[in-house]
Amino acid sequence: MSQHPDRPSDHASSHAADRASSHASNPPSGSPWMYIAGFVISIALTLGALWLALARQFSTEALLTVILILAILQIGVQMFFFMHVTESPRPQFNLWILGLGMFFTFVVIASSIWIMSFGGALGY
Amino acid sequence: MTIAHDRLPARETRADRDTPLEYSLEEGALRIFGFWLFLATDLVLFACLFATYVILRDNTAGGPTEMQLFDVPTFTAETLILLTSSFTGGLGTYAMHQGSKRGLIAWMIVTVLLGLSFIGLEVREFAAYATHGAPLQRSAFLSAFFTLVGTHGCHVSLGILWMLSILYQLARRGVTAITARKVFIVGLYWHFLDIVWVFIFSVVYLNGVMG
Amino acid sequence: MPTLLPHFPATFIVTGNPLIYGAEVSIVLATVGILFVLTYFKKWRWLWREWLTTVDHKKIAVMYLIAALLMFFRGGVDAMLMRTQLMQPNMHFLQAEHYNQIFTTHGTIMILFMAMPFIFAMFNIAVPLQIGARDVAFPYLNAVSFWLYFFAALLFNLSFVIGGSPDAGWVSYPPLAGLEFDPGPGENFYLLSLQITGIGSMATGINFMVTILKMRAPGMTLMRMPLFSWSVLASSILIIFAFPVLTVALALLLVDRLAGAHFFTMLQGGNPMMYVNLFWIWGHPEVYIVILPAFGIFSEVVSTFSGKRIFGYSSMVASLMTISVISYLLWVHHFYTMGAGPGVNSFFAVATMSVGIPTGVKVFNWLFTMYRGRIRLTVPMLWAIAFIPIFAIGGATGVMLAAAPADYQYHNSFFLIAHFHQVLIGGTVFGMLAGMYYWWPKMFGYMLNERIGRWAFWLFNGGFYVTFLPQYLLGLMGMTRRMYTYPADMGWNALNFISTIGAYVMGVGFIVLVLDVVYSIRYGERDVTGDPWNGRTLEWSLPSPAPHYNFARIPTVTSRDAWWTGKQARAKGDAPAPPEPLQPIHMPKNSGGPFILAVIFFIGGFGLVFNWYVLGLLALLGILVNLLLRSLDYDTDYYVPIEEIEHTEATLRRA
Repeated sequence: MSQHPDRPSDHASSHAADRASSHASNPPSGSPWMYIAGFVISIALTLGALWLALARQFSTEALLTVILILAILQIGVQMFFFMHVTESPRPQFNLWILGLGMFFTFVVIASSIWIMSFGGALGY
Repeated sequence: MTIAHDRLPARETRADRDTPLEYSLEEGALRIFGFWLFLATDLVLFACLFATYVILRDNTAGGPTEMQLFDVPTFTAETLILLTSSFTGGLGTYAMHQGSKRGLIAWMIVTVLLGLSFIGLEVREFAAYATHGAPLQRSAFLSAFFTLVGTHGCHVSLGILWMLSILYQLARRGVTAITARKVFIVGLYWHFLDIVWVFIFSVVYLNGVMG
Repeated sequence: MPTLLPHFPATFIVTGNPLIYGAEVSIVLATVGILFVLTYFKKWRWLWREWLTTVDHKKIAVMYLIAALLMFFRGGVDAMLMRTQLMQPNMHFLQAEHYNQIFTTHGTIMILFMAMPFIFAMFNIAVPLQIGARDVAFPYLNAVSFWLYFFAALLFNLSFVIGGSPDAGWVSYPPLAGLEFDPGPGENFYLLSLQITGIGSMATGINFMVTILKMRAPGMTLMRMPLFSWSVLASSILIIFAFPVLTVALALLLVDRLAGAHFFTMLQGGNPMMYVNLFWIWGHPEVYIVILPAFGIFSEVVSTFSGKRIFGYSSMVASLMTISVISYLLWVHHFYTMGAGPGVNSFFAVATMSVGIPTGVKVFNWLFTMYRGRIRLTVPMLWAIAFIPIFAIGGATGVMLAAAPADYQYHNSFFLIAHFHQVLIGGTVFGMLAGMYYWWPKMFGYMLNERIGRWAFWLFNGGFYVTFLPQYLLGLMGMTRRMYTYPADMGWNALNFISTIGAYVMGVGFIVLVLDVVYSIRYGERDVTGDPWNGRTLEWSLPSPAPHYNFARIPTVTSRDAWWTGKQARAKGDAPAPPEPLQPIHMPKNSGGPFILAVIFFIGGFGLVFNWYVLGLLALLGILVNLLLRSLDYDTDYYVPIEEIEHTEATLRRA
């Protein structure tokens, strides 16, 4: 039954191990520098946000906006450098679902704040 | 445990050297996709907790405020530890793709230790608040704070237990298509928790100390 | 204070009401009877091997269906009791407190323990067969979902005799549902059982989404997929994004009640309206979760029994997807009267009305499909046709309710009650009954009797109008929902009386439906062809009931309505392609894990209901161990050998 790749037998695992070693020539998830770059960027984003918050050079609203933008950039860093979001088999439904999930996340948070502040600062 | 689909070009998939090991079985691809969907549900779950926190954060009912509670060195240390653990977890996946079982196990152990120290710091932080007049029952703000950050902490603790179980399986069975899929999925979980923490760091802690 | 032993309330076993005594006695008798029958006929092993440990989606569908019908009965009895209480002014049939419990359990059971398993029964029986798959993506998880639902339903129903039923309405708003005003364990039963079944529903959503997106037969592109599978996809999207919100709303209220937090209390800065907000972020999509699959069933049924392709397939798909996204953005229309301001209310009013557009597209498409079709008035088709006028009225009153300023008048009146029963019964229940009659032969291998089915249909459908049309008027005359009794001089007497009569007729309709099932078990016509309705989609290409591996050979799809096209080609004399050689089929092994996991959830939930944290912690430990054992189990699947497939196929196709 060689057509059944997921047969949980010694056959499959030995083949898998064989594949694992063959990957060395063409690793799918980049070089270690990808990870190091991702790590450095994420630390930089974090410390940047911390510095901004503690230095308090801008108004609170402006600071909050910048800090949130930095946090959103972090999502990108984690997704692309660490989670290999783009590596999944095509068609990449997981990207569609993630997009939809982020949209609904935004809807839940933003509208809840809008509703529960009874229309917010605008009075609407 | 999935139903094999004889129709899928399984042989070609396997011959394709660019396909990572964790995707090499159709079952692996299904499970990884399923786990992405789970992460989407968890995303919405945290969204609700964040919304609740933001709405209730000013309702301190005369109790301690964010400014009075949050300690910059503590939450910065927690953040750096968790970010580093995300990095070491990533290096584990990289070692796995290189076919290095030893490297994978070593990096996973480092990740688990970093996770444990994160949890240790968080427990200490929670205990300090609770014993200094700021328990969960004190105000709506504190209820929301403990629940949001605590839910993340529970996720991290579960992740640690999960990684221990996978470490055991790796030691017994080595890097196979099945264990590789498990490593990859727990990695997704761990990086996802890192993203959630970055938002806790920004929305709860930084926003809190800015006043 | 957590202690080793629980502080059970004095009323641990509910007493003092003849109805409940009756229920207690009948529960004991039924349990003893079931145990006796199982033991006497030596069926324990059969039960365990064939049902409790199964991971076969077709058997899980049967169990969901049985559970849904049982819960339909329980919820229906609640409805009968309520209507009896309201039949005449100043009735003392029920105590006020008992009445509160009954409307609470009626709503909760009908939505979460009847509608949800009913749609899951349809998901399970039809989706893998329609898309040419051998099971769902995660069969083990599918069994976990079912058993979590089952034990959650058990936990919820247990409250009737142990501890007391929840009584704060099916929405369970704080502060009424908070510890201060509702100290009894009833609310805990509600919160924990919904939490447990919610986990199962979320898993089902993920499972079917992966199945549909990743496991279609070769050639079945998304735009060739049957519309029922599309509707399941749309419904699953909503499940995935709405149920986590329910999880949070319930969890926070539970933390309030068990740990003394202040999310939704009136003290220490809590904000009860936040619960209302969270509840409806889930609650509104929830009604679309249960109605979209019904839309899918109507599409299948209307197309099959009109003998035509569905009219406007692409617009059907587009409207399903549009509805699934828009319906997430309407929830505030459930609490306009909170007074969030003109901006908020206007936005949600416009969004609410706009969902009528894609729904209208669907209704016209069904009508155009029937237009000039060769219509066969079978029972499924009757339910589908009857749905359209009911849904039109329900939709129109929905638009009335959506207008925020006018809603201040209708809010929480019987007008609202009539509206949502009109869409939920006319949409979901009619849809599920259509689906049940339609797929019954595929599930069990015999048809339900059409003649008795027509009786059930006419009684239920007729009773429906008599019950709910008067309630619109009652609402406009000022009768509010959840009203325990009313004085004689309000002018409501006649309408309430008529409404109650209608409810009884619906009750009789349900009994006739059950009679149909019982009669057909004995005398139902065998389905020997596997295609009793002259169907269009792949499930009808299989014998009834389908073998456990579904397809001996995975079909290759070249068009929409794949089975119909194949039949047409064969009728024209095209020789079918010679069958490919059989191959061993990879199948999952049965497992007791899901059942045991759900039992542990049940035990933990029961412990937490009575603040017995030791039991809760033990259950948490048990759950972790169960998950660990599953993770360590690598022996989860096997291959069906070719000889066995040949033998099975020969037996099934013999007729």
